[in-house]
Amino acid sequence: MGKVVLVTGVARRLGGRFVRRIQRDPQVDRVVAVDAVPPEHHLGGADFIQADIRQPTIARVLAETAADTVVHMDVTGTALGSGSRTTVKETNVIGTMQLLGACQKSPAVKRLVVKSSTNVYGSAPRDPAVFTETTPPKSLPSGGFAKDTVEVEGYVRGFARRRPDVAVCVLRFANILGPTADTPLASYFSLPVLPTVFGYDPRLQFVHEDDVIEVLRIASHEPERGTLNSGTFNIAGDGVLLLSQCSRRLGRPTVPLLLPAVTWAGSLVRTLGMTDFSPEQIRLLTNGRVVATDQMRETLGFSPKYTTPETFADFAHSRGPGLLPPEAVAGAVDRIAALPFPGGGHPPTQSAN
Amino acid sequence: MADAKVIPFDDDRSRTGAVQRPPRRRSAGSRRKGTEPGPVREVEPLPTAAGAQDDVAVTSEEQPPERPRAEGGLERRIAGGLGFLRRRLTGDYEIDDFGYDEELTDQVLMSLLRPVYEKYFRVDVKGIENIPSDGGALIVANHSGTLPLDGLMMQVAVHDNHPADRHLRLLAADLVFMLPVINELARKLGHTLACAEDAERLLGQGEVVGVMPEGFKGIGKPFSERYKLQRFGRGGFVSTALRQGVPIIPCSIVGAEEIYPMIGNAKTLARVLGFPYFPLTPTFPWLGPLGAIPLPTKWTIQFGEPILTDGYPPEAAEDPMLMFNLTDQVREQIQHTLYKLLVQRRSVFF
Repeated sequence: MGKVVLVTGVARRLGGRFVRRIQRDPQVDRVVAVDAVPPEHHLGGADFIQADIRQPTIARVLAETAADTVVHMDVTGTALGSGSRTTVKETNVIGTMQLLGACQKSPAVKRLVVKSSTNVYGSAPRDPAVFTETTPPKSLPSGGFAKDTVEVEGYVRGFARRRPDVAVCVLRFANILGPTADTPLASYFSLPVLPTVFGYDPRLQFVHEDDVIEVLRIASHEPERGTLNSGTFNIAGDGVLLLSQCSRRLGRPTVPLLLPAVTWAGSLVRTLGMTDFSPEQIRLLTNGRVVATDQMRETLGFSPKYTTPETFADFAHSRGPGLLPPEAVAGAVDRIAALPFPGGGHPPTQSAN
Repeated sequence: MADAKVIPFDDDRSRTGAVQRPPRRRSAGSRRKGTEPGPVREVEPLPTAAGAQDDVAVTSEEQPPERPRAEGGLERRIAGGLGFLRRRLTGDYEIDDFGYDEELTDQVLMSLLRPVYEKYFRVDVKGIENIPSDGGALIVANHSGTLPLDGLMMQVAVHDNHPADRHLRLLAADLVFMLPVINELARKLGHTLACAEDAERLLGQGEVVGVMPEGFKGIGKPFSERYKLQRFGRGGFVSTALRQGVPIIPCSIVGAEEIYPMIGNAKTLARVLGFPYFPLTPTFPWLGPLGAIPLPTKWTIQFGEPILTDGYPPEAAEDPMLMFNLTDQVREQIQHTLYKLLVQRRSVFF
């Protein structure tokens, strides 16, 4: 067939992995990898073109390479290296606009895949417990990456309207985790002590990076028989984990803080530039977010290899033990159980927390 | 109901309704007390408690049925408790999409609510057989009592009395999910936000869903209007049940109205705090936290005849007239049963 696939955002590990993976597909002739900075990892046999998608040069790249499939992965929450939030926002929003403008001008483009995020649903106490692709968010994200994704999806919808001949697939990924993932949530879970919001135990869903690569691959090829790979899909592993479960499985103790204190500390940390503990992340860690994946299974025909707990287990395994490894805790409980005479009954009521 | 008048303070469970089953799980605390009152309690749970041990043998600490076996039972309970502790501390348990933590609910939260249910409000349950043993069902109940204790008691009633181990999934107001701690507990108890999406998803999964369509109008109404049903929202629960084709089970709760007799409403304070109402009862703000103790009224929860909805065509959910009619039918039935139960009631407290 001879497909030419153009991938943006390849300087990130996920982008790099996807580029390496998609080259192995027989129907792909050439992979063009685009990013503003050269990647540190190798890209297999892909052609790397250093181009900033915020600049009109991307139109020339697209025209010269005559790419028929565009995989837009440069919609991200954190800066690569030492970029500021402004740069990230510009890359997300202006970059998407430029890329879509270029796609609109290019007659070769037949398929567009956009990596979005379930952040578009926001996270509010008034929201239904499970979001489907059609659930309108009760409160639109007010800023940060979540707002970027909302805007990106808006532009993508506009593009789909103007170019009905292009198959557009928007993949809303839940929190991506895995051994090499460098998402904000991954860095949060790498903290030795996890600050949490007092009185809230959010429900979290994860998707494994292997599954991310796989579903991006499915979306960038012709659909299998009986499936449809254009439209908007939630992508998440089965099952749900509570933040308290996550911390226990990681073996990292939590420090519950009052919500105002968390907000304040978050802004302080952000100002100091230590970590990107953004407001929407605080909202995620307050109210949690769960999406329905029926469309992903039935329409897209993809079932993830990793469930949410498996994804988390894989991630936890790669991070090494925390301060209170679950094995040690379990061992301690077993030692109590092995005592000849445990001091009286042990009502389970006391273990509520 | 005539015999209800001579029920001893502690033992009303033995006479509740047609389907009768001994309590499923008990906290260690309630068990220890349970051994004291004497032979009445000892004899009663024997046959099925022994049977239950066969199939739930895993780790749940069952009540040892007899005193002679108490030694082994204690050890098993300790082992079960430690197993539970181990699972909790290592995070090795499962929750569903709504955050419902079945293990925690069964082993801890229900054990905390049960004394209130059994000893404090002495809840009488009638008509539990009206809740189907499988498949979805929508229980529609009246709402009263300033604080939503009636929902929690209804949940215990279904959990402890239904022969098929059904768990009631309550739909709660958005205020519940905005309050810290409360929202966490509500989610773990299996409650979710009262919205059509969540209700339909739960009913589609074949769960028993409980809803109190009066909402804040019902729970925050003054004492003078007790047992007068308020407007049933916009009847959204009917269209949800119609769309899923599940039966609607009207449920009347008597006794919750009097737990906090609301004689006034500090509206300004409520607005400042962001609550829909701020109750003034004869005791509440005046006696401080002591005033927040509910009055020990005697409760009756009656589940009524199911109203079937699977006979309607799919477009019926879009028919406003039918919806209003069904809503009225449900409302009438609850109101009617309320009056009947009130007539039968001898006293508020006994």
